[in-house]
Amino acid sequence: MTISNPQQAADQPPAIDLRKINKRFGPVHANRDVDLQVGRGTVHGIIGENGAGKSTLMSILYGFYEADSGEILINGKAVKIRASKDAINAGIGMVHQHFMLVDTFTVLENVMLGAEASSSLRHSMVDARKELQRLSEEYGLAVDPDAMTGDLPVGLQQRVEILKALYRGADILILDEPTGVLTPQEADQLFSILDTLRSRGVSVMLITHKLQEILAITDHVSVMRAGTMVADRVTAETNKEELAELMVGRKVLLHVDKAPAQPGDVLLQADNLTVRDADAVARLDDVSLQLRAGEIVGIAGVSGNGQTELLEVLSGIRPVEDGKLNVNGTLIDAANVLDAKDLRHLSVGHVAEDRHRLGMVTAFSARESAIMGFQDEPEFNRGLLTDGAAITRHCQQLMDEFDVRPGNPDLKSANFSGGNQQKLCIAREMERQPKCC
Amino acid sequence: MSNRTLPAWIDIGLIPLINICLAFIVSAGVIMLIGESPLEAVQVMLFGAFGYGEGIGYTLYYATNFIFTGLAVAVAFHAGLFNIGGEGQAYLGGLGVGLICLMLDSWLPWWALLPFAIAAGALFGAAWAYIPAYLQAYRGSHIVITTIMFNFIASALMVYLLVNVLIEPGSMSPQTRSLAEGATLPYMYQVFAAFGIEIEQSPLNVSLILALLACVLVWLLIWHTRWGYAIRMIGFNEKAAVYSGINTRRTIVISMCISGALAAMVGINEVMGAQQRVLLEFVAGAGFTGIAVSLMGRNHPLGIIAASILFGALYQGGAELSFEISTITRDLVVVIQGLVILFCGALAYMLKPTLEKLFLRYTLSKAARQDNLAEEAQS
Repeated sequence: MTISNPQQAADQPPAIDLRKINKRFGPVHANRDVDLQVGRGTVHGIIGENGAGKSTLMSILYGFYEADSGEILINGKAVKIRASKDAINAGIGMVHQHFMLVDTFTVLENVMLGAEASSSLRHSMVDARKELQRLSEEYGLAVDPDAMTGDLPVGLQQRVEILKALYRGADILILDEPTGVLTPQEADQLFSILDTLRSRGVSVMLITHKLQEILAITDHVSVMRAGTMVADRVTAETNKEELAELMVGRKVLLHVDKAPAQPGDVLLQADNLTVRDADAVARLDDVSLQLRAGEIVGIAGVSGNGQTELLEVLSGIRPVEDGKLNVNGTLIDAANVLDAKDLRHLSVGHVAEDRHRLGMVTAFSARESAIMGFQDEPEFNRGLLTDGAAITRHCQQLMDEFDVRPGNPDLKSANFSGGNQQKLCIAREMERQPKCC
Repeated sequence: MSNRTLPAWIDIGLIPLINICLAFIVSAGVIMLIGESPLEAVQVMLFGAFGYGEGIGYTLYYATNFIFTGLAVAVAFHAGLFNIGGEGQAYLGGLGVGLICLMLDSWLPWWALLPFAIAAGALFGAAWAYIPAYLQAYRGSHIVITTIMFNFIASALMVYLLVNVLIEPGSMSPQTRSLAEGATLPYMYQVFAAFGIEIEQSPLNVSLILALLACVLVWLLIWHTRWGYAIRMIGFNEKAAVYSGINTRRTIVISMCISGALAAMVGINEVMGAQQRVLLEFVAGAGFTGIAVSLMGRNHPLGIIAASILFGALYQGGAELSFEISTITRDLVVVIQGLVILFCGALAYMLKPTLEKLFLRYTLSKAARQDNLAEEAQS
């Protein structure tokens, strides 16, 4: 049997068929007339910039949000998805970027949690163990059912997430940025798993913004931009340059020709920084680095290996406990602790990795988020009271300069798209012309 | 998680109104069960609370207490803290007010004594809130547990002090001596009489003006100062507050102290106003009612004033009700008050998802109609 037979392909309805999906959050049109078809037994990539509407679309498909309008057809049948339960019943499984696992449960317990066969736990366990065994063999997903989930490496935890979905009868799998937390080796393993899933007839949707992965594993790719679906391509017939251009909406230079940087004086010097967590485990172990004027220093590593802690120390969120930090000639160590505000005064800007948890307060209006870290500056205060007009003016100016849309300082921060939230954060930090950022 | 937004008039107008109606419907059922007419009961309550001068005076006198405790709960709530220790903080605040009055009441006139009394009350209330706040911020003890425990400690402490230390010599009842003229606040009927306007006598005193002033100050603090900005940021997102260089522990302690000081102002209304002495259990549940007031008033001073008047009316109207209709006892009035607290406080958001859906459907059909019109216009 060949799939390429057009007659046969037409007979078989697509696994997922989204028609004219619309979703608004206040004034933001997050999904605008989105159409999407995912064929049975294919790996379908969805790419787009931050705030393009990928996550919203997947949340609609998985029942976190309800679409304002539009139709969802699963295997040719129209379904209403109001909660994730409906999605699971329709055979959709989702693997989130941040895993939804109970660390103190075994793999088996995690897999069966919420899908127990009967009220007797012992009976359910026996059945679940058999089923888990079968799934592991069929899809080549080896994992010890009795291992404590929290002890497993990230790659295996992700495998547990996939098994969880399959256990609930999923034949459509959504993976949200699955490689973000994986080492390159683990990512390769994931791709071979996806390959097996595809050969067993499972449809996989892969949400990512890494073009390399799209080209490596997917059959089809859909591109989203500003809430709309701008293109569908057969992966074999497209390339990096075209996809990048479709994502951004203009020509993108993937190779930059530039002269080597001419770094100047050392602005920031970190010596032997060590951070221990509550269990006295070193999260950051004897790290030293130098940042000179006019240079960009990249720090690579899989998340969870200390970048967060390093950044927290460098930006003053976490006090320096061990080691020392020299910023523009000011020495910071355990005896001289500075907070985030003090570091901003030393011309260190900090655009947080997670703007929802750190970089802004989603419940604040944009003008309030725009002065975070600068709330005590004289220019925003008149005596005891804040200077509302000055704050609004400041926010409007940031919005104009950095093209934040919509340019309304009174709008709630949560109602901006991810990309525009990011622009506002960057605007806030850059506007001070910090020396280190 | 909800990303849907409702316009303000539904959120702060319609939803509380529906909640009150629900509470009254259930109350009506209870009254019918004991064989009385709900309509008559409502009439008696409304007349009792708003129908004549003395009733209005009592309603506003109760409301004064609720404004103070409501503001106290609101300030802590903005910092993400659930202060249910308003009862104890008000009790101790009253002790502070009482002590300074007992010391100075034969020396100073009331208007000179008042600032000292406010300061002493605020200090005692803040100190009583400081301990749970410190334990929360620096030791991780949950503030709900500690503040409720501190209510009991406050109660025991006051019984001890009133029975053994502060009791008027020779008196049988555990209360201090009556305060001299110098420490008693003018009643509102006296203030009005000074302007030649005659109103009926009631315990309503100038504390009401202090309460309204506190509303303005809290409004300014929370929304128009950098400290309020810090308090709200901690309430919404503590990590973001650290990112912004805010000392979260210190801010938590300060907002709890402000909260305790606000609750303590009940002491001004009761000790210097209505009772003119310190006596047992003078707070009479105002600290707990403040929680419902703040929830219902959405932690905003204007909402708190409105909710305080409602609860003041329930207290006063309820008292009249048990007086007028003999089968409706004091306990049944407490049931009615409880139902209002249940629907307006604990179940405040019960109807929100339903209303959101209805509203969404309405706006969508409106948007669709406009789209159609636009398309027709184009073609």
